[in-house]
Amino acid sequence: MVMIFGVPAPLLLGQILLGLINGAFYAMLSLGLAVIFGMLNIINFAHGSLFMTGAFVAWMLLHYAGIGFYPALVLVPLIVGALGVLLERTIIAPLYKIDPIYGLLLTFGVALVIEGLFRNGYGSAGLPYEIPPSLSGGAQLGFMFLPTYRGFVVLAAAIVCFATWAIIEKTRLGATLRAATENAPLVRAFGVNVPRMITFTFAGGVALAGFAGVLAAPIYTVNPDMGENFIIVVFAVVVIGGMGSILGSIVTGFALGVIQGLTSVFYPEGADMVIFLVMAFVLLVLPRGLFGKVA
Amino acid sequence: MRGDVRKPSRDYLVGFLCMLACIAIAPWVLYPLFLMRVLCYAIFVMAFNLLAGYSGLVSFGHAAFFGMGAYAAAWSAKNLGIPAEVAVAIGGLTGAALGVVIGWLSIRRTGIYFAMITLALAQLVYFFCVQVPFTHGENGIQQVPRLKLFGAIPLAGSMAMYWFTAGVFILCFLAVHRIIHSPFGKVLQAIRENEPRATSLGYRTKNYKLIAFVLSALFSGVAGGLLALVFGFATLESVHYTTSGEVVLMALVGGFGTVFGPLTGSLALSAMENYLAPFGSWVTVAEGAIFIAAVLAFRRGIIGEVMAKLKVSL
Repeated sequence: MVMIFGVPAPLLLGQILLGLINGAFYAMLSLGLAVIFGMLNIINFAHGSLFMTGAFVAWMLLHYAGIGFYPALVLVPLIVGALGVLLERTIIAPLYKIDPIYGLLLTFGVALVIEGLFRNGYGSAGLPYEIPPSLSGGAQLGFMFLPTYRGFVVLAAAIVCFATWAIIEKTRLGATLRAATENAPLVRAFGVNVPRMITFTFAGGVALAGFAGVLAAPIYTVNPDMGENFIIVVFAVVVIGGMGSILGSIVTGFALGVIQGLTSVFYPEGADMVIFLVMAFVLLVLPRGLFGKVA
Repeated sequence: MRGDVRKPSRDYLVGFLCMLACIAIAPWVLYPLFLMRVLCYAIFVMAFNLLAGYSGLVSFGHAAFFGMGAYAAAWSAKNLGIPAEVAVAIGGLTGAALGVVIGWLSIRRTGIYFAMITLALAQLVYFFCVQVPFTHGENGIQQVPRLKLFGAIPLAGSMAMYWFTAGVFILCFLAVHRIIHSPFGKVLQAIRENEPRATSLGYRTKNYKLIAFVLSALFSGVAGGLLALVFGFATLESVHYTTSGEVVLMALVGGFGTVFGPLTGSLALSAMENYLAPFGSWVTVAEGAIFIAAVLAFRRGIIGEVMAKLKVSL
C-alpha cells in the first residue's frame, strides 16, 4: 500500500476529499454571507438555519410531493430565496440606518425561531434523504475509491461559486451591484432601484444557502442542528478570509475544509478546533484577514 | 448601545433601595431556587453589559467565561475542601484568566467582527470542554456540594444559599456601579462614543478595552461559579453558544447600558423560560421572537423605556 507521511494513501486522500466536501459548504455559505454583507452591511446569523431549511424543503418536496433531487436543486433555492425576500422586506429593511450589530442580533433571533419551529415539527433525531440513483455508487480510481455523489457535490459547489463570482465581477449587473456597495446614493441618482437590488442580493445570498442545503441533505442527516453546526465555523472562515473579496471567501472556504480534513488524519481530536485555531493565528499576524480590506 | 451616565444621583439611590427591598421580600413570595437563578444570571448580564453597554463591544462568546467559571468552581468545590466564597472566587479568576487570552485576541477587531470572533473562540472553548476528561463530557460535574460560608456557616439550606447568592449579587452590583462611575469607566464610554478621539486625547484605548474585557470575564466567571454551587452541577450547556445568546437577549430586554437593566432582563427571561418550560422547543421560538421584537420595537429595553418615560436615569 502506498504511504504518504506514514499514513496509507487511500485514508489520506479520503480525508482530503471529505475536507473538500466540508470546504465546499464553507465556501458556498461564506460566499453568501460575504455577498449579503457587502450590500446590506449585515451579518446574517440566520444563514445556517436557512441552509438547514433548504435541506428540509428538499426532504419535504420528496416526501410530500414526490419531487426528486434534481428539480429540488432548482426549486429549493427559489423557495428559500422567496423566504429571503419576505425576511428582508419585513424585518431586516428597517435596520439599515442603525448600528450593524443589531442586524446580527435580529438575525440571531430569526435563526432561533426557524430552528425552534423545525425542532417542534420534526424532532432532533434527523431524517434520511437518499442519494439519487443516478449519483449513487462510485468509481475506483486506483489510488482511492471516489463515491460519485461526493464528487458531484464538490463539482456542483465549485461551479456555483464560480458562477456567482463571474456574475459579480464580470457582468454589467455585477458592476452595478459593486457600485451600489461602494456608494448607494450615487447609484440611485443614476436611476437604479437600489432598494430592490438590496432585496434581491439578500435573496440571492440565502438562495445559495438553500442550494447548499439540498446538496447537504444526502450527506448529513436532515436535522434542525445542521445549520448551527456550520454557521459558527463559517463565521471563523469569514474572519480568516476577510469579507473584502468574493474569490477570497471561496478559496478560504475550500482551503480550510482541506486543512480540517488533514487534521482529522493526524490528530482527530483537533478536527473540530483547528479552524478556530487558524482564526486565532490569523488574528495575531494579519488582523484584517487574508483578503480583507481596511476595517 | 448607549448608557447615559450622568451624575449618580438620587434616582440611583431610590432604585437601589427598592431593589434591596425586593431582594429581601422575594424569597417569601417566589421559589428561592428560581430567584437564585435570576440573581446568578443578573450578575452574568451585568458583566456582559459592562462590556457591551459601556464599552460598545458586543460579545457573542460570554458563555466561555461563565461555563469555565462554573466548571472551575464545581471542580474545586468537590476536590479541594475550601469555603464557598473561595470556590466562587476561583470561578471568577478562571473566567478572568480566560478573558485575558480571548480578550487579547478579539479586541483587535471591533463591531460585528468582534462579535463573530468572540463567538468562534467561545466555540473553541466548548469543543475543548467536550474533549477534556475533567468536565465529564455529556454528564458534567455532578453532585457539587454547596460548601460552607467562611468555612463555618453551612449553605445547604435554600434560604442560607439564597442570602449568600443575594450578597454576592449586591457586591457585584456595587463593584460594577463603582467601575462605571470611575474615571476609568468614563474613558470606556468615551471610547464607545468615538475611539479615534479618545486615542487622540492620549488614551491607550486597547489597554482600556482589554481591562474592561477581563473585568467582564471575571464577573461572568463569578456568576457561573455561583450557579454551579446553587444547582450542584456544571454542564456543557453553560459553555454552549446558546448561553451566550441568552445573556445578549437578557441585556437587550433589560436595556443596554443601564444599571438596573441586567436584573430586569434576567427576571423577565427567566420567568418566561419557567412558564414555557413544559412546551419544549417553543422556548427557543419565543426567545427568537423576543429578540426580533426587541430589536425592531424597543431597542432601549425595559429600563431604557422607563428612563425615557419618567425622565430619570437608572
